[in-house]
Amino acid sequence: MKPINSVVCIKPVPDQRFWDKVSLDKKTKTLRRTGIPIALGPLDKNALEEALRIREASGGKVTAISMGPPGTEEILEWAIVLGADEAVLLTDRAFAGADTWATAYALAWGIKKLGGADVVFFGNESLDGSTGQVGPQVAEFLDMPHVTHVNKLDLVGEDALRARFHIEHGFIDVEVKRPVVIAVEKTINEPRCPTLWGTIWLRERKIIRWSADDVGADKAKIGLPGSPTQVSDVITIELKRKSEILSGEPSDVARLLVQKLQADSVLPKG
Amino acid sequence: MKEHKGILVFAEQRAGKLSSVGLELLGIGRKIADKQQEELAAVLIGHKVGPLADELGEYGADKVYLADNPLLDVYRSDAYTILMQEVIQQYKPNILIMGATCIGADLAPRVAAKVNTGLSAHCVGFDIDDQGRFVGQVPGFGGAVMASVICPNHYPQMATARPGFFEKLERQKGRKAEVVKVDVKFKEEDLKIKVVGTFVEELKSRPLEDADIVVAGGYGVGGKENWKLVEELAGVLGAGVGATRPPCDEGWADLERQMIGQSGKTVRPTLYIGVGISGAMHHLVGIKNSKVVVAINKDPNAPIFQAADYGIVGDLCQIIPRLIEAMRVSS
Repeated sequence: MKPINSVVCIKPVPDQRFWDKVSLDKKTKTLRRTGIPIALGPLDKNALEEALRIREASGGKVTAISMGPPGTEEILEWAIVLGADEAVLLTDRAFAGADTWATAYALAWGIKKLGGADVVFFGNESLDGSTGQVGPQVAEFLDMPHVTHVNKLDLVGEDALRARFHIEHGFIDVEVKRPVVIAVEKTINEPRCPTLWGTIWLRERKIIRWSADDVGADKAKIGLPGSPTQVSDVITIELKRKSEILSGEPSDVARLLVQKLQADSVLPKG
Repeated sequence: MKEHKGILVFAEQRAGKLSSVGLELLGIGRKIADKQQEELAAVLIGHKVGPLADELGEYGADKVYLADNPLLDVYRSDAYTILMQEVIQQYKPNILIMGATCIGADLAPRVAAKVNTGLSAHCVGFDIDDQGRFVGQVPGFGGAVMASVICPNHYPQMATARPGFFEKLERQKGRKAEVVKVDVKFKEEDLKIKVVGTFVEELKSRPLEDADIVVAGGYGVGGKENWKLVEELAGVLGAGVGATRPPCDEGWADLERQMIGQSGKTVRPTLYIGVGISGAMHHLVGIKNSKVVVAINKDPNAPIFQAADYGIVGDLCQIIPRLIEAMRVSS
């Protein structure tokens, strides 16, 4: 079997345990994320796991790639500890403020600089934005087919993959020739745990850093200037309701609630 | 004269049935079209789906772009992208909205990249601002923040809409849409994706999104035995049973059919009763459109009480049987 080279695209996301610390700067309409640690998204772990499994079956290389400020290296180190052969961080002020289009454009140029890939993996959606848009857009910029919502993946023949695209209450099985972009769901596999060897491995590896110029990206198509969408306003959501607490003995409270709901005409009156 | 005019929506169909989200999009599109005095068109792609065009007219479409071909029988991103691009180039819409279903979320970003425009994802609200720009409301961080996203210099202005969040219009029997046929110029061998199988489950019960009353349980329900109480209460009310993520992970409830929230379903019942649910933002965003919210939880500090109309602090094993009794007596 031909060796298969995979690239796994990883998004740095604010650690979910600290989301309540995300606050809104009312003047600049930006989110304050200072002091909130970044983490490897759960689905990115599944994407990496799938790439590692393909490497185990067919040989080849697994490269993790991410775009973000210098601190993002930490999550790429995780990718190496878990088994990636190399990791690339696209880092440049010029990349900042990118929407999904401009993010996909930058990643596509990073992947081109790597010499392309047989399979480009994504987690189906990120934890914070959960748009799931970057995968198909990278595929468009690399002129590869894409399949998202994949919960089963097998190598078939010399140069193809069979993927199960999960849709509402069903699935579509497709066969697609490599190179291809695949976005995976949580149920596709059980990600491995880091090992001692992984941490030793990390000492011998360096995270490669590339700027916009390094990957040859058109400056007009990256970062905030390259983003077709703009955020015109950000608000925090309050979901407050009247919050009337009913108290007393369970049977009294139950009767009281039924009366209230009948008065609101959401339950039929007896 | 504006070069880009009209609102286009993607009328998703699976196995020859229109998805409910397609009709919801017509509802959104009709409002904008009327406000802007523009036309509302739908794209319908599939095989032997012609009759569905009439239905789209009855739900508000002025025009239907119909691509009907055996190659389009089952969704695949490459074939559908070519046709979407074709329709966009022909029609030059100002706005394009698709449903954020599995298929819509797979197709929309590809189309946006193909025609070089921006896309706001999983919107829960839409508006036209005072400069005539299309604004999509996009929730982030599990629903805790809401961003207004615009796409000021690229066309069409594209968005995906959260399924179940918007109302479809009343069906107007006999309302007609003009049907425009779209030619399929590619062959099977031109496509990189081959469909080798497909399966869609027949739904026996009414989907949770359509339920008038929803009773939902969280991790605080405590176990499979107690979960039966939740189901029993739902049974008395003729309600659908929903859940937060942990009960699905524990196997008390089904992830795909029952999970409510940011990464699950959106419900809009007249009455929602949450049992043993703490009230994380990801869940609350999915019940936001409920008319009346009731919370039952033993922790008086559970955030759900703030987001509820009525709260009962107490043990569900005590409360629910009394509640069932009270409801039986009253009805």
